[in-house]
Amino acid sequence: SSSSGDEALRDKRARILSRGLPKQKPIEGVKQVVVVASGKGGVGKSTTAVNIALALAANDSTKEVGLLDADIYGPSIPKMMNLKGNPELTPKNLMRPLKNYGIACMSMGFLIEETAPVVWRGLMVMSAVEKLLRQVDWGKLDYLVIDMPPGTGDVQLSVSQNIPIAGAVIVSTPQDVALLDAHKGAEMFRKVHVPVLGLVQNMSVFQCPKCKHETHIFGADGVRDLAKTLGLDILGDVPLHVNIRETCDLGQPVVISQPQSDA
Amino acid sequence: LAERANLAGVRHILLVLSGKGGVGKSTLSTELALALRSAGKRVGILDVDLCGPSIPRMLRVQDSAVHQCDSGWVPVPVGQDQAIALMSIGFLLERPDDAVVWRGPKKNALIKQFVTDVAWGDLDFLIVDTPPGTSDEHISTVEALRPYQLLGAVLVTTPQ
Repeated sequence: SSSSGDEALRDKRARILSRGLPKQKPIEGVKQVVVVASGKGGVGKSTTAVNIALALAANDSTKEVGLLDADIYGPSIPKMMNLKGNPELTPKNLMRPLKNYGIACMSMGFLIEETAPVVWRGLMVMSAVEKLLRQVDWGKLDYLVIDMPPGTGDVQLSVSQNIPIAGAVIVSTPQDVALLDAHKGAEMFRKVHVPVLGLVQNMSVFQCPKCKHETHIFGADGVRDLAKTLGLDILGDVPLHVNIRETCDLGQPVVISQPQSDA
Repeated sequence: LAERANLAGVRHILLVLSGKGGVGKSTLSTELALALRSAGKRVGILDVDLCGPSIPRMLRVQDSAVHQCDSGWVPVPVGQDQAIALMSIGFLLERPDDAVVWRGPKKNALIKQFVTDVAWGDLDFLIVDTPPGTSDEHISTVEALRPYQLLGAVLVTTPQ
């Protein structure tokens, strides 16, 4: 009876502490949310998120997939999905996501000029993320893939506290310095009770186009070791291939433009 | 008056920015500091990337601890001759893998402390390594450094 008393006290404390926090509410019409994050910048989150969204749609054409670019400061999705322009408003005052390759996309990049910086403090960022989540007419989606910004701060907290997340995919390169941050990213998701689906090892190996010699520019197998330490699965191993970068820069991600390639 | 004292001995402050992540800001900041040191300058590095502090590891001092003195924190000496002064949140974490999952206001408070409460001493250059983006850390850093000799910013990018 004393342990149940302790439990009741713990529950009461948790309830009081959570009073100031936003309530988690699912987005209407969206079945499952997958976030693509890393902790480290420049490891290929946006590239991976875009290609995951396209692959989900390509694997099962009956599924509706959406892509949300939560990187308020450096939105890359418009360029990678070859989309431009201000979103229209529906009669209910919701923003209509822009579509390409069958994926419904929303990004800060549609709301500001390409070169305009977003120099905002946390509170404004929180309200922007809220709008990008809730004030968009997503319709009925089977999957919503969310591309997160680097770091473990306001945006990550806002997204995980606002909506239920089915799982997180953590992207990293094998480089030690990147793995340090990826580890922090995994730790962050643990703190906010978001299940981590696994790790993606990006830029794992570079093959010289002339002599075919392979170089592990960012190290070899670092992500596999981290996965073992954290008890996570490796969801994928992507080489550093010029096609992946080129096709993203051109707005024709590799899953669409070269589905048969190694990349 | 005590607030001005800690940065009063620093002649030039240089910010390293990029906007995009993973382009090599920390790497460049470290190499730049080492190069300036080789040229005989007195150098310090301030790592304001609170979520992903990479510099302690790059200089192999990730297991060091920070000490206090009368004027505040003592930056960790790094480099071959231990003559570069480094301050990073990496030294304040209990374990190097601990995640810093903070909202803006808490980050601002720590950055202000890094600027005013670290005993930098006399330096020719203080290099400030920033995180990706253009957010709280950047706004707070520039605001906190406004009264001092801010030389300018170096922007790092890759060709992508």
